[in-house]
Amino acid sequence: MPDTGTYVYAITRDTDAPGSAGLTGVAGTPVRTVADAGLVAYVSTVPLDRFGEEPLRRSLEDLDWVSEMARAHHRVVEAVAGTAPTAPVRLVTVYGGDEQVRELLRDRRKDFTALLSQVAGRSEWGVKAYARRETAPPPGEEAAGAAGSDSPGIAYLKRRRASLRGREDAWRVAADQAEHVHAALAAVSVANRRHRAQDPSLSGREEAMVLNGAYLVDDDRGGEFAAVVDSLRGQGADIELTGPWAPYSFTALDLGAVDAGGVR
Amino acid sequence: MTHEGPRGAALAAEGRLPPERVALVDLLDRLLAGGVTVNGDVVLSIADIDLVQISLRLLIMSVRESEPAGQGTRHGRETWHGPP
Repeated sequence: MPDTGTYVYAITRDTDAPGSAGLTGVAGTPVRTVADAGLVAYVSTVPLDRFGEEPLRRSLEDLDWVSEMARAHHRVVEAVAGTAPTAPVRLVTVYGGDEQVRELLRDRRKDFTALLSQVAGRSEWGVKAYARRETAPPPGEEAAGAAGSDSPGIAYLKRRRASLRGREDAWRVAADQAEHVHAALAAVSVANRRHRAQDPSLSGREEAMVLNGAYLVDDDRGGEFAAVVDSLRGQGADIELTGPWAPYSFTALDLGAVDAGGVR
Repeated sequence: MTHEGPRGAALAAEGRLPPERVALVDLLDRLLAGGVTVNGDVVLSIADIDLVQISLRLLIMSVRESEPAGQGTRHGRETWHGPP
C-alpha cells in the first residue's frame, strides 16, 4: 500500500485553468495539477499516516486542525475560482493516487463540463438575515393593569402567556420577513440554496438567524442584486452579506452513484 | 453591520474578505454541505455526514468553553432552526 494519497481541491476546464505555481495547500503541501479529458484537477500529495481514514477520524475532533484544513482548502479554491469557472470539491477528499483522479475526470467528464458551464460568469453570494428583537412587547407590562384584581398566580400566568404570545408573534414576523427576503433575492438569482440557520453561539449574534441563504448570481446582474439587498435593508431587514464565494453551494454534485465497474 | 446598503462595486467591497478573515462558520456551511462529493472505493475520505456532525459539535463546544459562565446550560435554545 502506498504511503501517500492525492488530495483534491477543485476542478476546472483545461482551457481556463490557471497555473498552480506558488500555491500552498493543506498541511503546507505544494499544489499541483492533474489533467485529463479536457479537465484539470488541483491536487496535493498528502501523507496517508495523517490523511488515512483512522488518523482523519481523530484529527476531525480537533477544531484547530479542522479550521486550518478549511482555510487551506478555501485558499486554493479561491485562487483557482478567481480566474476560471470552478467546481470546488468537498473538504477532505483524498484519492489513492493521481491515476484515480484522472479516472474520475474521464468517467465524469460530462457531469463536470455541465457543472462548470452552469457556474461560468456567475458568483455565489451569502445572505444572512436576523430577527428584529424589539418586536416582542416588554414582559409583564400589559398584565400590570389587571394585576390588582387577579391573584398573583393568575397574574403570573397572564404575563407568561402574553410573553409567549409576543415571542411567537416575533417569530412569525421574522419567518415572514425571511420568506420575503429570500423570494426577493431568488428573483434576481439563477439558483438559490438555504443553509441551516446558524446557532447564536456560532453566528456571534444574539438575534435568531432566520435566513442563511446562498444565491448564484450572474456577474452582470451583480448591481441588480446589490440594489435588492439595499431595498430590503431600507424596509428594515437586518441583513449580513458575504461573498463573492466560489460556487460551493451550487456544485454539490454527488458522484456516489457510480455504476458497478465505474469505467466505461 | 449597520452601515448603509452597498451599490454595485461596493457590493464586492463589503462581501469580499481575504481567506484568513472569512468566518469559519460561514466557510464550514459551504465546505461541509457544498462542493463535489465523491464516494466510492477509490476515495480515502470519511463520509461527509461524519464531518458535519463532528465539526459542528466541535465548534459549538469550543465556543461554549471560551465563555466565562453558564456553559452548557439552556443557553441558545430558543434558537430559530430555520424554516422547514
